[in-house]
Amino acid sequence: MSRKMSKQLIKIIISLLLVVISLLLKFDTELYSNILYVIAYIIVGYDIVLKAVRNIFKGKVFDENFLMTVATIGAFCIGEFPEAVAVMLFYQIGELFQSYAVDRSRKSVASLMDIRPDYANVYREDEIERVDPDEVNIGEIILVKPGEKIPLDGIVVDGESMLNTQALTGESVPRKVTVNDEVLSGCINNDGILKIKVSKEFEESTVSKILDLVENASSRKSKSENFISKFAKYYTPIVVIVSVALAVIPPLVIKEALFSDWLYRALSFLVVSCPCALVISIPLSFFGGIGAASKIGVLIKGSNYLEALASAEIVVCDKTGTLTEGVFKVQKIKAIGYSDDELLRYAAYAEGFSNHPISISLKQAYNKEINEKLVTETQEISGKGVLAKVDGKMVLVGNEKIMKEYNIKFQKSEETGTIVYVAINDEFAGTILIADKIKEDSYKAVKLFKNNNVKKVVMLTGDRDNISESVANGLNLDEYHAELLPQDKVSWVEKLMTQKSSGGKLIFVGDGINDAPVLALSDIGVAMGGLGSDAAIEAADVVIMTDEPSKIASSVQISKKTMRIVKQNIVFAIAVKIGVLIFSAFGVSTMWEAVFADVGVSVLTIVNALRVLRIKNTYNNR
Amino acid sequence: MNKYKFKIKNLDCANCANELEGALRKIDIIENVSISFMTQKLNFECTEENKEQALEKIRKIIKKEEPDVTIEEV
Repeated sequence: MSRKMSKQLIKIIISLLLVVISLLLKFDTELYSNILYVIAYIIVGYDIVLKAVRNIFKGKVFDENFLMTVATIGAFCIGEFPEAVAVMLFYQIGELFQSYAVDRSRKSVASLMDIRPDYANVYREDEIERVDPDEVNIGEIILVKPGEKIPLDGIVVDGESMLNTQALTGESVPRKVTVNDEVLSGCINNDGILKIKVSKEFEESTVSKILDLVENASSRKSKSENFISKFAKYYTPIVVIVSVALAVIPPLVIKEALFSDWLYRALSFLVVSCPCALVISIPLSFFGGIGAASKIGVLIKGSNYLEALASAEIVVCDKTGTLTEGVFKVQKIKAIGYSDDELLRYAAYAEGFSNHPISISLKQAYNKEINEKLVTETQEISGKGVLAKVDGKMVLVGNEKIMKEYNIKFQKSEETGTIVYVAINDEFAGTILIADKIKEDSYKAVKLFKNNNVKKVVMLTGDRDNISESVANGLNLDEYHAELLPQDKVSWVEKLMTQKSSGGKLIFVGDGINDAPVLALSDIGVAMGGLGSDAAIEAADVVIMTDEPSKIASSVQISKKTMRIVKQNIVFAIAVKIGVLIFSAFGVSTMWEAVFADVGVSVLTIVNALRVLRIKNTYNNR
Repeated sequence: MNKYKFKIKNLDCANCANELEGALRKIDIIENVSISFMTQKLNFECTEENKEQALEKIRKIIKKEEPDVTIEEV
């Protein structure tokens, strides 16, 4: 609690005590208790009255300070002393609670995004200097000790360590880094000591980019927020005008009407005239939603996108790198007459000198040193494969064509992916399947999308039809379109955009690098694997820091919860206010109900809005 | 068009933030004005040569609408 707030709290407590004393000690004459009320009023409300007076001179009559002052002083005038003090007292309690709630949520969102490094240890003239990260230049060497945040992006030149990337990615498994690895600012160095050569200035580093994005997110306002702004613009003047009419017209028109009676009703109106509950709780909900999403490693660039995510109807995904891992790995080995390991060893040795993607996959799967002395007479047969002598045996590795060319009797494999045929000493020895693999997370993502009312999940890819089909079937997708050129993807997205219902939204998910036109075309463009890719952060509306597509589905869930809370607050606040206005107009409800409609509703809507922030735990501890 | 960011101090009510934003929108040489009550930030866009003039206008409006509020470039 800030100093300003505690001062305010003390004033409220003193004033409250005076009111209680006055209520308990039943004075003989009303005068004494009224004096106590006035003192209580002055203590708690003098600053509001002062502001109000100042605003009158500026012609700001719809200002809430002014309205509160008029309502309370009016109440004094018609002899409703306790009401007058209560209205001011509760108004101030409400205000205090608001600043406390806003302050707290601001801090908790800030701590979600607590990635800004405070300093950097930089080597200068053989000494370590502690400087502001801003002052470090590209090419300088910085030292990061265990427990410290990495202040700038760079390359490790010395040391080895585990990095905690949770603040950036929401991922709790630490990442190992060693010499020549790229490291990103905002990660926390867990154990080892790292020397890092800086590759980007602070302003351009990952941490600055992310903070910038999150901080600016609330400046792109959602439709709900714009609605509230508009509502607030008309609501207050209308209520005030009706209030004036209520005080003046009935006493003139109706014979037996008492002026003080109608004035009391009019003053109740003024108490309800502030749209505070809405004006504060709606942006607070969005702010909280964006904060909750950033906690799981999803950066949403604006409240408008958070709002749109809730009505996601069609999700369009790129295949390679989005739904699949994007790396070609040995998936299956079928050896004949040899063990699987032997077959892989022969194939890896034969391909030992090649840098073809297939050779690289084979060597990665073999994952042992290749003794080059054992490989002789290597012949690359362009586009088809390799023939080489390994351990004195002739090893032929390649596609179907090469097998036919060398007249080898082989069994054709029906697997989808790239099939490597191996023959040893002119005898067929088996096949190795190399394929891209569906991410484990993709299965979860598709299910989560369906659970969140997404009608259709579509895959668009440039890859071959049979491979795409197996991915689409494996994931149980609704639709897929394969062998597309970049411009085909654009026209498919255009087509899909027409299939959604009027309020529905289309999400496109890609790697953010080659998809700029489609990202721009869709309602919400999502880039995956944003960590370390500036292009992705730049191009998309929503950035997933890791490469898990299920995080998009989780964001849809967060968005839905946020929107539910927003709607609850809008309906609740407007209903209570209008209800109380109607009851006050007919003299059914008193100023006490009006105070509830003002302060009580503010407090309740704020508490409701704060629930958004609690989302983070459920998603994180899945 | 350049983007400018300012930190807002002493802006203590959400509705005031809304109203101030509305008032600032009327300045013709700046665009995309937004005030975020949550982050206490003022963002706007204008051309570099207009910046000083824009700031002067902004300060004038702030002085009229919310005299306690000050802004500071980040």
